[in-house]
Amino acid sequence: MTISADHTAPGQTAHGKPAEVQTEDAQLPGAAAETARKFGITAEDYMLPARHQIQMVDQNGNLKHHSEQGAEPGHEYPLPADEELLAAYEQLVVGRRVNDQNSALVRQGRMAVYPSSHGQEACQAAAALCLADGDWMFPTYRDAVAVMARGVDPIEAMTIFRGDWHGGYDPLEHKVGIQCTPLTTQLLHAVGVAHAAKLRGEDTVVLAMCGDGATSEGDFHEALNFAAVFHLPVIFFVQNNQYAISVPLAHQSVAPSLAHKAVGYGMAGERVDGNDVVALLAVLDRAVKLAREGSGPLLVEAHTYRMQAHTNADDATRYRQDGEVAQWVARDPIIRMRKFLTDRALLDDGGEGRIAEKAEAVAAQLRAGLGEDVPIDAQDLFKYVFSIPTPQLIEQSALLADELARDAAGSASDTEVTE
Amino acid sequence: MSPTIASSSDASGNFSQATARAAVSAAAGAEAAGPQPITMAKALNTAMADAMHADDSVLVFGEDVGLLGGVFRITDGLMKTFGEQRCFDTPLAESGIVGMAVGMAINGMRPVIEMQFDAFAYPAFEQIVSHVAKMHNRTKGRVKLPMVIRIPYAGGIGGVEHHCDSSESYYAHTAGLKVYTPATVADAYRMLREAIDSDDPVMFMEPKKLYWSKDLVDLQALRDEYEGKTGAGTEGRAAVARSGTDATLIAYGPSVPTALVAAAAAAEEGRSLEVIDIRTIVPFDDDTVAASVRKTGRAVVIAEAHGFASVSSEIVARVQERCFHHLAAPIRRVTGFDVPYPAPKLERYYLPGVDRILDAVDALQWED
Repeated sequence: MTISADHTAPGQTAHGKPAEVQTEDAQLPGAAAETARKFGITAEDYMLPARHQIQMVDQNGNLKHHSEQGAEPGHEYPLPADEELLAAYEQLVVGRRVNDQNSALVRQGRMAVYPSSHGQEACQAAAALCLADGDWMFPTYRDAVAVMARGVDPIEAMTIFRGDWHGGYDPLEHKVGIQCTPLTTQLLHAVGVAHAAKLRGEDTVVLAMCGDGATSEGDFHEALNFAAVFHLPVIFFVQNNQYAISVPLAHQSVAPSLAHKAVGYGMAGERVDGNDVVALLAVLDRAVKLAREGSGPLLVEAHTYRMQAHTNADDATRYRQDGEVAQWVARDPIIRMRKFLTDRALLDDGGEGRIAEKAEAVAAQLRAGLGEDVPIDAQDLFKYVFSIPTPQLIEQSALLADELARDAAGSASDTEVTE
Repeated sequence: MSPTIASSSDASGNFSQATARAAVSAAAGAEAAGPQPITMAKALNTAMADAMHADDSVLVFGEDVGLLGGVFRITDGLMKTFGEQRCFDTPLAESGIVGMAVGMAINGMRPVIEMQFDAFAYPAFEQIVSHVAKMHNRTKGRVKLPMVIRIPYAGGIGGVEHHCDSSESYYAHTAGLKVYTPATVADAYRMLREAIDSDDPVMFMEPKKLYWSKDLVDLQALRDEYEGKTGAGTEGRAAVARSGTDATLIAYGPSVPTALVAAAAAAEEGRSLEVIDIRTIVPFDDDTVAASVRKTGRAVVIAEAHGFASVSSEIVARVQERCFHHLAAPIRRVTGFDVPYPAPKLERYYLPGVDRILDAVDALQWED
């Protein structure tokens, strides 16, 4: 987190290649201390987050002066390139449209549930854009927008909520972990993927996503500890949207911040305004670069807000005030980014129009793909339990096939056949 | 599934250099020729070493498995032979061990992980049932998890609390897990190699009281048989450990030698008992078991685990479904009582011993 572009930490090659496998000694705080000394800070200051969250573009869309961005010695982040900022804006707009279209489909009864990331689109966009093609992302159930931004087909990404199967995309094809309901367990899978890549000498970086509630789970602790002990290129990206269903952050943890948890594992943590996609990209890009260069794992905590309820099945009025939600409307990630890019002459009506068209196209794809009746093959129940179905599964498969055949024969004789 | 391990000139120097050393070591060191007295521990150790020689993507990790060689020494010497990147210790965190193994398996490795004792696997239970068991199914077969979770289980060693549990029923009940449990030294070698090469996740239950049991085994012959693919394979194939005609004893893991002792004792009383060694609980060999019970007409199922809602319950259900009209008596079970596994001084009252098995055999309604 704290290393400037020109500096290589102990144990790294000068050309950004992955470090040789370290003995355990090199990974003790001594190595961090040495690095920290070069910046005139202590090892703890190296690993603790900066005193203030990193924010580069305020909620009014103005680029803040460098001295007010939260930067400190050893916590410096260059502004991302214009192309990346524009790509991020596109993902913000598309992501918002995806969220709202999916929520509409739920209201229309075409989808049972959708955990929306409305308001958190900056985190979703940055999570996808900071990674290279060969890197991996491990999302939570709320990260469908990030999954799509990474390149997964929207309908494949939404299959889990359409109800015809628990997962719709090939994790290996897109290097995106399958979305699962259990919290936090995927962080360990992310660690394993990174470990395997490192053993093979690949420079893969893995982004492991979780929420504020997830940081209470035991697997969070175990994943961070394993990643640190094995010195793995994992970025733990904590989207702190202030709520775990109805439980607010204050009841989840009394740590000074979730980023402060990092130092306990011997890794660095940083806090970012999670609605400022510019700052998110700046911090995540730097984190990915450092991890790829062999600095080990890092934690990035994004402060954002879950603008809607946990899902459509939740009634957020039971545990939070409308006034609190209203405060965050002004902090919307898209509004500020639109102003920022327009002021910098990077975005004009033509650009807006093109992006809006793309967003509408994705929305139309969702309506079509989630509205249709997907053919269900009941025999799929048995095909994928093992690589090859066991005799017992074959027996059960035949039982179900017989049942269905008798049902079909029964209804054929009961009803007139009409076309 | 296995990634090609790059040559030693690339950035992963340590990893492939260790592999090269291992190949030399494999060529140089050979066991003595012909059948030797070999322990189950040695057979398991050899199986892992052979698997690691054969496939660079096979990794061994867990608590204390590296330098110490495992608290039971089952991984003895593997770190020395294959290096720290292929056989290593982890922090003390079972969920972490299994979860990390899931990720490594997703990304091209074949992890063989050790849970230190049966009951200490419970912190990993969620990772096992929610992910290890379900990942292949939830991704419609695109993601395979070719991983092995080795668990020393069952009792008979006078261990303190939690060191003698039998948890195979939980895993057998979990759709998507295979459950293997060898009872002989030769099967320990064969089955661990099969488990490692399986594309499916395998819970490999090792009867810890049999770790030091010895048998005359020709390890080289076993290796040749496995690598030459001349053996019949053990998955879904129960073994007839002893032929008989009057009744069938159905057992697995640590109960197999007990059943064999009971059968030898019964033979002296003029009763011929057939002993079936289940070997792989999942997938279960219905055919061999049913054929035996149809032949004999009487069956006793033997297992250390609590009887209620167990693998032994499942076996009884399956056998009665298939053999009802051939049965001369209800199927009996001899299992651990439905009490928490006891302290060492009470262990002998709990375990299904020879006498209790023979009592059950006597109760098979011979007079009718």
